[in-house]
Formats: sequence, structure tokens, C-alpha cells
Amino acid sequence: MSREFFLKRYWKLLTTPAKVSMGVILAFGFIAGIVFWGGFNTGMQATNQEEFCIGCHEMKDNVYEEYKSTIHYSNRSGVRAICSDCHVPKDWTHKLIRKIQASKEVWGKITGKIDTREKFLDHRRSMAEREWARMKANDSQECRNCHNFDYMDFSEQSSRAARIHGKALFGVDGKPATGETCIDCHKGIAHQLPDMTGVEGW
Amino acid sequence: MKHTTSLKSVMAFMLAILFTGMVSAADNGGLESLRSDSLELEAPAQAMKKTFENDGVMARDFIQQPPLIPHDIRGYDIDKDHNSCLRCHSWKNASKWGATRISVTHFYDRDGKQLADVAPGRYFCVQCHVVQADAKPLKDNGFEPVDSLK
Repeated sequence: MSREFFLKRYWKLLTTPAKVSMGVILAFGFIAGIVFWGGFNTGMQATNQEEFCIGCHEMKDNVYEEYKSTIHYSNRSGVRAICSDCHVPKDWTHKLIRKIQASKEVWGKITGKIDTREKFLDHRRSMAEREWARMKANDSQECRNCHNFDYMDFSEQSSRAARIHGKALFGVDGKPATGETCIDCHKGIAHQLPDMTGVEGW
Repeated sequence: MKHTTSLKSVMAFMLAILFTGMVSAADNGGLESLRSDSLELEAPAQAMKKTFENDGVMARDFIQQPPLIPHDIRGYDIDKDHNSCLRCHSWKNASKWGATRISVTHFYDRDGKQLADVAPGRYFCVQCHVVQADAKPLKDNGFEPVDSLK
């Protein structure tokens, strides 16, 4: 059982054709690929459902209750934005990254990091800040998936909204556009805000 | 469930008969509700009113009137953690948003002592400042502002 003998045997194994035909191996690989890839994406899809998110009481009793009174839950036209529409990116790569990051939340669930209202409130500022930072970094992409500046008709907005949106987008009174992103102003639109002491602009 | 309902209505009917002898239902001394609905009946709920969105400042009708809110305030919370109104109307932020600043009177407490920030008694803006809805007055009102405010 020398080292040389082991390597030789392994090399032989790799270079000898398999007993089953190439076609069978390919077919098996193809089907297995579909099953695993499909299963993986179905899993990602399943964890994007509202029912999944509020499956834990931490979400159901806190953020979901607050969200229920907002326009993203119920409105005149019935178009909604559920949890994942705002909190999970749409494109595949970023979605995968977010899902991996979210696995840390499973640990939080197990250790009971926010399992009471008091713990949740204590922790709210840091959770909110994380989410603000994420949205600022990707230029509020999840907002813009629906609220696209390019197709926003400012003439349909109230005069205040139109003026302030204009300031951010193309600048008014000869000043350049401030280039602010949605989350810079629209904080706490779907959940209650934490103590805002020291938050920029408050 | 049905059984309980019918039992209740029978009891209500018997009570009604009992009381008709003492006081006639319509005999309320000629009182009339503000909405001129019958006092014995519950009026149907009115449709929700739309909030006025005005471009500028709304006129005041008397000298000490708290200025009215000329925009919708749905979802603008005021609680111990934050005050959505002061987000634009505080002295610090007003110029950025082109919003009206809160009055300096809001920096005095009820004993007239000047404070460094909004007095706690003035913190809950919507106690005095209110939005206006497209609602017809229930009763005609002949109130006229003084000439200097017209």
C-alpha cells in the first residue's frame, strides 16, 4: 500500500472508461441538474412568500402588524408590495447574496434575539439602520422596481411632492440635482420608526 | 346562533311593547339631531372624506387660530421616538423642505419659560393643527372673520 500504488490506482480509475455509456451519464446529470436547480429556485421562491415571513411570531406580531395599516398593504387599486418585494432584491445574484445573509436571521430566531416586543424594540434601531444602509447602497432598487423615476408623472403629484422629487432628480432654481435616493426621505413608510435621535435629516 | 338571535328579538319586542305605554318613541319633546336624522335611528355612515391638498397656506378665520395643515398626513406618526411633522417643520429642517417653521411660541412652556427645543406641551401637533376635509358643515354657520383677516 505504498503512496505510489494509490496514485496509480486512482489515475487508472480516472482514465478507464466507465461501464455505463456516456449517454446514460449525461442524461442522469441533465435530469439531476433540473431537479436540483429547480428545487433550489423553488426553495428561494418559497422563502419569498408573505406566509413564510409571518410564519414566525417575531415578524407577525411586530413588523407585519405595523405594515397592515400602510398603503403597501391595502390601497385603492389592490396592488401590493409584500415583504420580499422590498426586502429581497429581484435579480438572481443579489437575491442569492441576500438569502445567504438572511441565514443569520435563522440563528437569531433560534437564540431568541427578538422574541419579545421589548427585545424587538430595543433592537429596532440597529435593524432599521442595516436596512437603510442596504437600500442606500443599492440606490433604493427595491423601491424603484415599482416606483420608477423615468415613468413618474410629476404633474399628477401634489405640488410639494413634485417640487421635492424634482430637486432630487434634476435640481431646481439653477441648483444641481441633489441625487438623493428614495430611502433618504421615505423612512418608516411600512413600519414604525425607531428613536430617530441623531438620524441624518431628522 | 339563530336561536339566540330570535330570542333576543322577541325579548326586545316585548320590552318595546312594555315601554310604549309609558313613553311614545317619537315623543322626544321636539328635539332634532344636528344631521336632522331621526333621534331614534342610527344614521347610516357617511362616505370617507377626502383631505384637502392646498398648494399654499390656508387662510385663518380668527387671530389665535392654529394654522391649518394644507396636505395629507396619512402615516405621519407622532410618538416618543419621532415626530413626523418636525421632520419638515422644525427650525432645523424647514428651509431644506421649503416648509413653514413652527412658531417661536412653541419653545415656551406653560409657565412662559423659554426652552431649547419644542415644549413637551406643544409636541403633539395635531392636537391643534388639523387637516381639512371636503365636508359640508352639518349646520349653517354665519361666522365671519374680522376685516383684518379677510
